[in-house]
Amino acid sequence: MKKLLTMIVAGMIALTAAPVWSDDADELLSNNGGVGSLRGLVEISTTNKSEPLKRVPRDVQPIDRNYVQQPPLVPHTTRGYQVNLNANKCLSCHSFKNAGEMGATKISVTHYETRDGTTLSDVSPRRYFCLQCHVTQADAKPLVENTFLPVDSLR
Amino acid sequence: MLNLLKRLWVIMKSPSSAAMGFILILGFTGGIIFWGGFNMGMEATNSEEFCAGCHAPIVKEIRETIHYSNRSGVRAICSDCHVPHNWTDKIIRKVQASKELVAFAMGTIGTQEKFEARRGYLANREWHRMKENDSAECRNCHEFDFMDFSEQGARSVKQHSTALASGEKTCVDCHKGIAHQLPNMEGIEGW
Ligand code: HEC
Ligand code: HEC
Ligand code: HEC
Ligand code: HEC
Repeated sequence: MKKLLTMIVAGMIALTAAPVWSDDADELLSNNGGVGSLRGLVEISTTNKSEPLKRVPRDVQPIDRNYVQQPPLVPHTTRGYQVNLNANKCLSCHSFKNAGEMGATKISVTHYETRDGTTLSDVSPRRYFCLQCHVTQADAKPLVENTFLPVDSLR
Repeated sequence: MLNLLKRLWVIMKSPSSAAMGFILILGFTGGIIFWGGFNMGMEATNSEEFCAGCHAPIVKEIRETIHYSNRSGVRAICSDCHVPHNWTDKIIRKVQASKELVAFAMGTIGTQEKFEARRGYLANREWHRMKENDSAECRNCHEFDFMDFSEQGARSVKQHSTALASGEKTCVDCHKGIAHQLPNMEGIEGW
């Protein structure tokens, strides 16, 4: 009797649990609410094949900006450039002090402002980590479709 | 005793060809063993493992840099940049380096913290040394005369064809931290 009871209980658990492990790709497709992810329609446990790394050209013409406030892209390699507590390689060329001698573009004055608009005597901490906003240029296709158009004055 | 010396003197004065050969061979092999051993010592103390014994943090950092891994697979190891190739300079640097042994015994860079604290001082010494010898070690591999400006990036050409070509600046003036994490650069020229 006891044995039968355990079997029934076990059977019921198995039945209710079944849909959880019979979840397959079909369900993944129909159940995503129309949202696709950049990693494609694959189970979270599957490891995607990684894309080849983009090659960064050593020195090229900068790509034009699309809107006025856009952080310009970096038109050269930045491999091994140290930006940390001790040193900032970017500023060794782009700071107001060095830009002239190195023939580099000066950082804009907005980089001296704190978020409440006070102008400091040196680069504001929130602008110190250059590569947070400026990325290196590479021949990369947009990951998602983008229909943004610059205003007429920039075209 | 006196007799023995006299006998030896006679042999030396009129050596049979066999004895002469013996002496020559002795001198020759002795020389080889001494010279070889000396140079082997010089070689062994040039290897990265040797430096790693005391400079473990540095050896770890270098893996990310261009002189450890690059498209052509040519490497620069510690001694390429830090030990002069010219023989007399090499001996001088090695003797200087013996004082690193004293510093090691004192533990000046024995822990990560102590190393960080002393790093600025050590880096400055190294920059100074390379400035004095016009970056001779860099030039063992990178010769200005053979730089092809049409192959270099625009920024490289701009600096190399002016400040470098005129001798106004040397490699380490512009290429600091090419192989290592930098110390605090506040107040360093050009930073
Ligand atoms: C016995 C341990 C030991 C070994 C092995 C060793 N070093 Fe050092 N080295 C030190 C110590 C300790 C210092 C710090 C000296 C000081 O604090 O003044 C140092 C400092 C330096 C410096 C800083 C510049 C200077 O003039 O002090 C350089 C460069 C250096 N070592 C390179 C090397 C290289 C390259 C090798 C391998 C060929 C090597 N060391 C092997 C212990 C060692
Ligand atoms: C491509 C050349 C190069 C190579 C390879 C190299 N160094 Fe250096 N090293 C330098 C320069 C240049 C400095 C001066 C500081 C700087 O610019 O980073 C320096 C500085 C140092 C210092 C002083 C402290 C510091 O961090 O600035 C030590 C110690 C040192 N090197 C040890 C080593 C050891 C050990 C190796 C091998 C794992 C090595 N170096 C490989 C060029 C090189
Ligand atoms: C043992 C030879 C050797 C020595 C010594 C050496 N280098 Fe190099 N260096 C190389 C090689 C190899 C490359 C990588 C070339 C490539 O494949 O792009 C390189 C690359 C470089 C680059 C290019 C960095 C980049 O991001 O493209 C610079 C700058 C440089 N070295 C500076 C120095 C300086 C400064 C010194 C002296 C402190 C020095 N090198 C000493 C062999 C050496
Ligand atoms: C006046 C400053 C200056 C001097 C002096 C200088 N360089 Fe450079 N070098 C630069 C700049 C700027 C770049 C490009 C930016 C970068 O890679 O960091 C560069 C790039 C390089 C490159 C990469 C070249 C490329 O475009 O592929 C090498 C290799 C190099 N330098 C080696 C040396 C060597 C070796 C010396 C000494 C004989 C030296 N440089 C002296 C400023 C200088």
